[in-house]
Amino acid sequence: MSPVMTQPTTEPLLDIRDLSVSYRTSEGMLPAVRGVDLRVSPGEVVGVAGESGCGKSTLASTVLRLQPQDAEVTGRVEVSGTDVLTARWGDLRVLRWAEASIVFQGALHSLNPVHRVGEQIAEPIRLHEPELAEAVVAGRVGALLEQVGLPRERERAYPHQLSGGQRQRVMIAMALACRPRLVVADEPTTALDVMVQAQILELLSGLVRELGVGLVIISHDLSVLAGICDRVAVMYAGRVVETGTSEQVFTAPVHPYARALSGAFTRIGDPASRYAPAGLAGDPPDLRDLPAGCSFAPRCPRVVDACRSAEPALLELAEGRRAACIRVGEP
Amino acid sequence: MTSTQTLTPAQVARRRRTASMKATWRLLRANRSGMVGLVLLVAFILVALLAPVLADSQGLEVTRATGGVLEPPSLHYPLGTDDNGRSILTLLIWGSRISLFVGLSATVISMVIGTFMGLMSGFFEGRSAALLFRVTEWFLVIPFLPLAIVLASVLGRSLLNIAIVIGVTSWPGTALLIRSQTLSVKERPYLERARVLGAGRWHQMTRHVLPNVMPMVFANTTLTVAIAILSETTLSFLGLGDPTRVSWGSMLEDAFSVGAMTTGAWWFIVPPGVCVVLVVLAFTLVGQALEEVLNPRLRRSS
Amino acid sequence: MTTTLVTAPTTSPVGRHRSYGRYLAGKILGAVASLFFVLVVNFFLFRVLPGDPARTLGRGRFSSAAQLAEFRHTYGLDESLPRQFVTFLHNTFTGQLGISLRYRVPVGDLIWERLWPTVMLVGTSTILATLIGVYIGMLGAWNRGGPFDRVSTGVTLTLYSMPEWWLGLLLIAGLAVGIGPLPGLFPTGGLHSTDVDPSSLKGVLDTAWHLTLPVITLTLAYLADYSLVMRSSLLDELGEDYLLTARAKGLRDIAVRRHHAVRNALLPTTTITAINIGFVVSGAITIETVFSIPGLGLLSSEALSIPDYWVLQGAFLVASGAVIVANLGANLLYGLLDPRVRT
Repeated sequence: MSPVMTQPTTEPLLDIRDLSVSYRTSEGMLPAVRGVDLRVSPGEVVGVAGESGCGKSTLASTVLRLQPQDAEVTGRVEVSGTDVLTARWGDLRVLRWAEASIVFQGALHSLNPVHRVGEQIAEPIRLHEPELAEAVVAGRVGALLEQVGLPRERERAYPHQLSGGQRQRVMIAMALACRPRLVVADEPTTALDVMVQAQILELLSGLVRELGVGLVIISHDLSVLAGICDRVAVMYAGRVVETGTSEQVFTAPVHPYARALSGAFTRIGDPASRYAPAGLAGDPPDLRDLPAGCSFAPRCPRVVDACRSAEPALLELAEGRRAACIRVGEP
Repeated sequence: MTSTQTLTPAQVARRRRTASMKATWRLLRANRSGMVGLVLLVAFILVALLAPVLADSQGLEVTRATGGVLEPPSLHYPLGTDDNGRSILTLLIWGSRISLFVGLSATVISMVIGTFMGLMSGFFEGRSAALLFRVTEWFLVIPFLPLAIVLASVLGRSLLNIAIVIGVTSWPGTALLIRSQTLSVKERPYLERARVLGAGRWHQMTRHVLPNVMPMVFANTTLTVAIAILSETTLSFLGLGDPTRVSWGSMLEDAFSVGAMTTGAWWFIVPPGVCVVLVVLAFTLVGQALEEVLNPRLRRSS
Repeated sequence: MTTTLVTAPTTSPVGRHRSYGRYLAGKILGAVASLFFVLVVNFFLFRVLPGDPARTLGRGRFSSAAQLAEFRHTYGLDESLPRQFVTFLHNTFTGQLGISLRYRVPVGDLIWERLWPTVMLVGTSTILATLIGVYIGMLGAWNRGGPFDRVSTGVTLTLYSMPEWWLGLLLIAGLAVGIGPLPGLFPTGGLHSTDVDPSSLKGVLDTAWHLTLPVITLTLAYLADYSLVMRSSLLDELGEDYLLTARAKGLRDIAVRRHHAVRNALLPTTTITAINIGFVVSGAITIETVFSIPGLGLLSSEALSIPDYWVLQGAFLVASGAVIVANLGANLLYGLLDPRVRT
């Protein structure tokens, strides 16, 4: 099935505008995402960084309207021009996997344990292109596996027979099955050892170049994002607190939280960075009980009284460069 | 705040224990079906204990029966009479003692054997432990009633024998549960620490493994009592119970043999069965509630 | 391609068959060991009897010492214990299971002629209990917390707490005998009406009519287990991440539930079927007694009064053997359905 609309290349693949997601819990509303904007253009790699609980995964799930049923969502999430949040089932179904797909976290649990991986890769193909002959589908599955660096015979394996890295490759192959234009990868390298991490990242960037897909990578590990992303958005407590090119955010972060994140990773060849203060005091924020002003104030090393009065807006510092801190620009 | 007191380790341990018990109780209280079960349970236990007060024991004697045969319920006999003219209400009240007693003794036997087998096969390694596990599995496969009636026919009819028969046939379930609990506790770090510090096997088992396994054992015990009472009722119904004692199962055996279903003497058939259902349901509900509370994985967020 | 190929042992089709073969062999070996264990238990149980086993087992049958001696010899009661065991095994496998004290016919013949009604009763009830129980559990999990779920959980828990034969008594009193002005719809017992030829079409229907209440009783009594297990395992599956993946691919929620969640949730149900066969066989004893169905169950409970030891021993063997074989079948089926146990 063809995508819902054909669009000119200037229109963004993903356009999230003022998205807010809150969960209904027994103790009240829990705000997971608070007024987030994000834009991804074709062929672009955008990173979303932040610690666990900052709302990254919830953000990812809204791209295909997969957030939990009891979540309250406001704002717009446009994939190839269609607002996913209000789309009819027919349009949404077409969008899911054929326009945009997600590489989920935790490949072992995201794959059905009693189906062969080849079957699971073929499933969306059969769903979206039912007119294809079986032989054609099988051929596509084999080609996808080779594209991610696995031998074709591996399609007969069950998930538990594969290693962590192999499973992650299967997830990527599966995500590409219907030739989407946008792929969201949620923590694609977590729980993999460093060598395998490097291989997966290389695979992803190679695929972006070859296929021209837009890629959103979500990770708590800024060093992972730095190597592969064009642009990075840093999230804290459900909000975006800094955006910029990955070079800017990694080497010259402006927001105190981004600084702490970036400072937690030493740079090879820079002896001074080993002695720079790193790490962050305090605990991650309790989303049910956010402070009145800036949500980062309790842990911020540069906090002043003005920080506690109002949540700082995301200020545009330069083209594509934004930060949500009132002390930006001060020495 | 308050002045600093130095507490002995034993006092600290006791405080922690009482605090955790209170927390468990609070969780249990929130479980509605568990509370219903507990109320029912307490009611039946009270009836069994207070039997002499509630009903004259003379009413059990066949020779002194004063009522007519199979009389329907009336003011004098609220639940009617049996085929000997005895008040069914009296029989029910006194019968509760037998059913509960046999059920509890059978459970004790079953739990002792099951806990022993479970601990041994879980804690130790090597061929003897594997053999114990195999034996447990084999016993599990054998169907209950055929084995029970064969054992009962060999041992003879008495309350103790019924308890033994039920205990001997129902321990495998407990053993498997305790074995899997033991296996998981065995891997925990504090046990390794104890080993390194030189704790002997006996010490490890009694001071470390057993206390951690006990909560699940407790929940399982409650469920085992439910099954034991059902089994006792069935065995008595088949005629394997003590002929001189009245239990709910033996009442139903009498009812069946005099054809109470066809003569319409529902007061002989319905009340004993209802009592069994209520008691078993009570134990099951409490057991399930305990399982949910003590095994956090089973707890579902509201 | 940019990245290097990763290698791991390939799972060729031959390898797959080999691993199931290994699983199969393991399970069969286990079943044989269980059967042997049953035979050992059976053998020793009756040697526990006080007094001379020959006199007890041959009670009232022999008028002369010569007959008693011959009896002793046939059943090896005059030999040493190990030899007795061998004789016992030999006898068991050739069908010489003793003579019934009550009916004076070989136990083997008795069991053979009483087998069929029990198979019909147990087989039909197991199938119905599985289908209905699984369906109820599935609906309960899908509508968790809703009215159907609460009512069905309450009803199944109550059925679970009930002795199955008591339910049978109630059904007889209600549906066979009739309450007040309402007449009974079913016979109160037995397998055949006296005036009907069992092998005719009318006879077959008549038999079915006689079996209706017993089958309903056993089915109601045992569907609770299936329902409770299916409900909890489906609830577990519904929380799994791979369902999110399926929805993300564009599958409708109903398809996700049916093809992914329910199918995987059925796996524990297969295990329960294996355990439940033991309970249904036990239940057959009491139900046949209550409904006077001339099957193995009634035979066993009648044998209690004398006690007819040979019959009890033979019936115990058959019942245990059947449960072990059924268990094996369920395990093999499980191995086919869940690839994780084969490696």
